[in-house]
Amino acid sequence: MAEEKKTEEGQEPVPAWQLFYDNIFLLLFLGIAIPTLVYTVWGLMEIVQIPELPVFKP
Amino acid sequence: MDYRICSLTGFKIHKTAEDLVKWNMVTAILFLTLGGFMGLLMALTRWPSVHYLDATHYYRFLTLHGFNALLLWILFFEIGLVYFTSAILLNTRVVAPFVGWIAYALMLVGAMFVNIVVFAGKADVLFTSYVPLKANGVYYLGIIIFAVGALTAFGHFFANIIQAKRDGAYKNTLPLGTFGLAAASIIGVFTLAHGAVIMIPVFFWSIDLIKYIDPGTYRLIFWALGHASQQINVCAMVAMWYMSAAFVLGANPVNEKLSRTAFVLYILFINIASEHHLLVDPIFSTWHKVVNTGYMMHLAVLASMIHAFAIPASMEVALRKKGYTKGLFDWLKNAPWGNPAFSATFLSIIGFGFLGGITGVIFGTEQFNIIRHNTFAITGHFHATVVSGTTVAFMGGTYLLIPYIFRREIILPRLAAFQPYLYAIGVAVMLIGMIAAGSYGVPRRHWDITFSSAIFPFSFDPSTDIFLSIMGVGGLLAVLGGVIFIIVSLGSIMFGRRTE
Amino acid sequence: MAIKEPERIWWKPYTRDERLWVAMALLWMMVSFVFMPVYHFIGAQNPPNETYRVGDKEKFRALVDGMVNKYKVGEEKGFPIVKPEPGSDVFVQASMWQWYPILELQQGKTYRIHLSSMDITHGFSIQPINMNFTVLPGYDYVVTLTPTTAGDYYIICNEYCGLGHHLMVGKMIVKQGGN
Ligand code: HEM
Ligand SMILES: [Cu+2]
Ligand SMILES: [Cu+2]
Repeated sequence: MAEEKKTEEGQEPVPAWQLFYDNIFLLLFLGIAIPTLVYTVWGLMEIVQIPELPVFKP
Repeated sequence: MDYRICSLTGFKIHKTAEDLVKWNMVTAILFLTLGGFMGLLMALTRWPSVHYLDATHYYRFLTLHGFNALLLWILFFEIGLVYFTSAILLNTRVVAPFVGWIAYALMLVGAMFVNIVVFAGKADVLFTSYVPLKANGVYYLGIIIFAVGALTAFGHFFANIIQAKRDGAYKNTLPLGTFGLAAASIIGVFTLAHGAVIMIPVFFWSIDLIKYIDPGTYRLIFWALGHASQQINVCAMVAMWYMSAAFVLGANPVNEKLSRTAFVLYILFINIASEHHLLVDPIFSTWHKVVNTGYMMHLAVLASMIHAFAIPASMEVALRKKGYTKGLFDWLKNAPWGNPAFSATFLSIIGFGFLGGITGVIFGTEQFNIIRHNTFAITGHFHATVVSGTTVAFMGGTYLLIPYIFRREIILPRLAAFQPYLYAIGVAVMLIGMIAAGSYGVPRRHWDITFSSAIFPFSFDPSTDIFLSIMGVGGLLAVLGGVIFIIVSLGSIMFGRRTE
Repeated sequence: MAIKEPERIWWKPYTRDERLWVAMALLWMMVSFVFMPVYHFIGAQNPPNETYRVGDKEKFRALVDGMVNKYKVGEEKGFPIVKPEPGSDVFVQASMWQWYPILELQQGKTYRIHLSSMDITHGFSIQPINMNFTVLPGYDYVVTLTPTTAGDYYIICNEYCGLGHHLMVGKMIVKQGGN
């Protein structure tokens, strides 16, 4: 364990984007949140806002 | 720990993982058999000069075809891949294997419920079951149980990769194949959660405990299940492409960053494409439609374009390394075309990319959708994605995994080598017939397009007859290819020569 | 390899080929992604965007009946033929398994066609021009439509609506302007 730590130090740092891609649980969160908001929640909001049928002159 | 070292791949294969992969895969193939048989009946009925089934059985078996082929075959296979990538590829075990068995049992019970109630004639609602068209409660219950089972299995994926990291099976980064299945599992959680959210109230409505389900809301949420589950397929299929290229050719992804970016684009942006089922629905505003299908969906299309570049490129590099360096296409000529695991992968890339991708992008535009919605052209489009794409890829996956997992040789190797071509060509012919007929307005899910007993006489352009016959011929070829696949795969699993 | 963990740092710059490909793909994406909204503003055919909630289905049925009484000009096979005034609101009702009534429209005139279902989901599919819209119960979908060619059109149902789905055919007549 201690040895491993040593080799990790002094190496170039891992790019932030790589850390992001490796973070499966952050991806899990975003992968659910984005479509739920953009598709489902927005869609439900539109359904709720549909106006009643107006009165038409016969 | 109970494991063996695979003599072919060097992977450490734990018995727990191996059994789960085996059972899910075999179950998948059995449901493909059932679904494919129903597909044969569909093709024979939509073929005008044959018109085989009566109306009632046509709609009943259409329900079963969609459910068995689309949901059961593909999801069981994907759950097999969940265990393959989250345990075997990482040389590690399955955490709490009983969870996997519970998931499997739930899926199987749900699948049985649905099949039985539809066969009994109590749920002729097609797999979309748009409310207020009502099926027997057992139908919805079956779907809920199945969805909970599948959700459990996708959850199990995450548990496995956490444990694998703790066990030191990987340091920071999942192998690309596992990463692809992580994308599939993420989408699976989104999809199946929506499925549960809508099917539970619908179940209560079907047994009269709830008075009313809004049909617009149902369609919105249903398609987050119905369409997003196709994105599970896309991710699992692409992961299968990478894995097949790696196992068969020893190919390396040309650039991990590029390939992973494509998967991340899927995870973030592909699900909202569900909207394209609602383009000509009332209710949703133009903005909702355009943003969901237009802007962001194209990021997912971009991802597919990336894979379509990265995988053939990695194959080229690998084959050139093997010494096939003459000219531009020497590598292509010398690819292992006789190995069904390879040829199926290649055919799947072409079928999905060209036939499926192009029709998808076109039909998914708002304006074009008006003249294609619910026509047979749509059926053509998704047979390109889900049959010539996903199904063919998974057939290749089956050939690949039989020696590794079942430790058997493929029987009838000549027939096996020929099978992917027959199947892919059959499906391609079939779907081209469908797309052509659909462009003249021929509807999908329709028993009698001659309208012989309808009140007003209407008939389509006579050329649709030819297109539908082309569909029929292609369908028969595909079914023949499917039968060979089933004989070879199940035959190898049961009677193939043991490899170790 | 796709089946092994990659090296510690795999976040590396793209090569020239990769850049070129991604740029080409992006360009193509841009074109098709601008197409849809642009076409929405310049194109002649767009999915309509006007919807109302129909609380009580009988309310919609009454609108259909009112229109039939006022504008009926004939009958075919028991279905009234209705010739509404150009520019007016026209009501078409879907039910298992018919489209009611038959419309007679004038070429080149614009109508606001209201579609709603009395029972389950149906698919309004005008043939042979092949234009398709979803008809839901509880919702009124307003399709603003200007027929450009005279002739007989048929409305088939292209959303599965039960065992008589394939029997559901309606009719629409477009007459040359003036008569
Ligand atoms: C060789 C095999 C196959 C043949 C001959 C076949 C044929 C057909 C035909 C003719 C239809 C149209 C039914 C209609 O709308 O009238 C259909 C629908 C469909 N097929 Fe297949 N198919 C095959 C394999 C598959 C597979 C493997 C899948 C899934 C992975 C699949 C998924 C579907 C789905 C989802 C539908 C739509 C069902 C619906 O509209 O409710 N098919 N198939
Ligand atoms: Cu109908
Ligand atoms: Cu119908």
